[in-house]
Amino acid sequence: MADEAPFQFLHNELIQYIYKSAENVEAENGRNITKLENMGFRIGQGLIERLTKNTARFKDELDIMKFICKDFWTSVFKKQIDNLRTNHQGIYVLQDNNFRLLGQLSAGKQYLEQAPKYLAFTCGLVRGALSNLGVKSIVTAEVSIMPACKFQVMIQKM
Amino acid sequence: MAVCIAVIAKENYPLYIRSVPTQNELKFHYTVHTSLDVVEEKISAVGKSIGDQRELYLGLLYPTEDYKVYGYVTNTKVKFVIVVDSSNTSLRDNEIRSMFRKLHNSFTDVMCNPFHNPGDSIQSKTFDGIISGMMVQTG
Repeated sequence: MADEAPFQFLHNELIQYIYKSAENVEAENGRNITKLENMGFRIGQGLIERLTKNTARFKDELDIMKFICKDFWTSVFKKQIDNLRTNHQGIYVLQDNNFRLLGQLSAGKQYLEQAPKYLAFTCGLVRGALSNLGVKSIVTAEVSIMPACKFQVMIQKM
Repeated sequence: MAVCIAVIAKENYPLYIRSVPTQNELKFHYTVHTSLDVVEEKISAVGKSIGDQRELYLGLLYPTEDYKVYGYVTNTKVKFVIVVDSSNTSLRDNEIRSMFRKLHNSFTDVMCNPFHNPGDSIQSKTFDGIISGMMVQTG
C-alpha cells in the first residue's frame, strides 16, 4: 500500500501541472488529454516489458487481454479488472467498479466532467502496453457513476 | 563464449548487433538475418504440436559447420540471437539459457530508461558492458 500513495500524488500533480501550464495559452482540453495519454503510452511500453519477462508466450489476443486485466492491472492498481467483455471482433470492454485514480473524488455527480482528466493517463498506459505486445488499438474511457469506469479497447486491424 | 550477439526489433531490423572483430563481420550479420526465418517458424508452430510449451527460449535454431545459432523471443516480439563457436563443446544448454536471461534483464532495463526511444538502436553503455562480458569469456 505504501508505494501507492506516491503514484497517486504524482498522478494528481501531473494533471494539475499540465492543466495549469496550458492555462495562459489557449486552454485546449484535447491537447492536455493527449499529453497525459502519451506519457501513459511510454510508461505502458516499459512496464509491459518488465511484467512479461517471466511469463509464457501469449497464445492470442484474448490471452493478452486477460493478462492486462489480471497481472497488469494488479501491478498498477492493486486489483483486477472486475469485468471483461468482448464481441470477439476486436472490441473489449474492461470494467473497473472501483477505479483507484477516481477514488479520491467525490462519488456524486459533482466532478463527473473532470473525470476524463483522470482517465487519460491510464488509457495511454493500456494502449502502450498493447502496442508493445504487437496489438495496435484505440483506448477510450467513460464514467457513469463515479468510482466505476469502463475502458473500451478497439483493436486496429492491420 | 559467444561470437556474435544480436537484438532484433519486432519489425525485424537490428536494434543492436555485435560480433567478435574478424575480417568477415558481414558473415555474422548474414547468419543472424537468416536465423530470423527459423525464429518465425518456431513461433508460428506454437499451438500446433501437442507438447507445446510457450517458452521464451527457442533453443538451438540451427547448427552450421562452424557455428551454432541460438534464439530467444520476448513477449514483445523482440528477438535475441546468440551465435556460438561450434568447436566450443563444453557449453551447456543451461549456460545459453542464463546468457539469454541476462540479456533479457538488461534489455528490460534499457526499455525502462525514459530517455530511450522504443524502436531506436540501443546505445546504453551498461548494455554494452553486459554484452562484452558474454563475448570475452572463452570456455
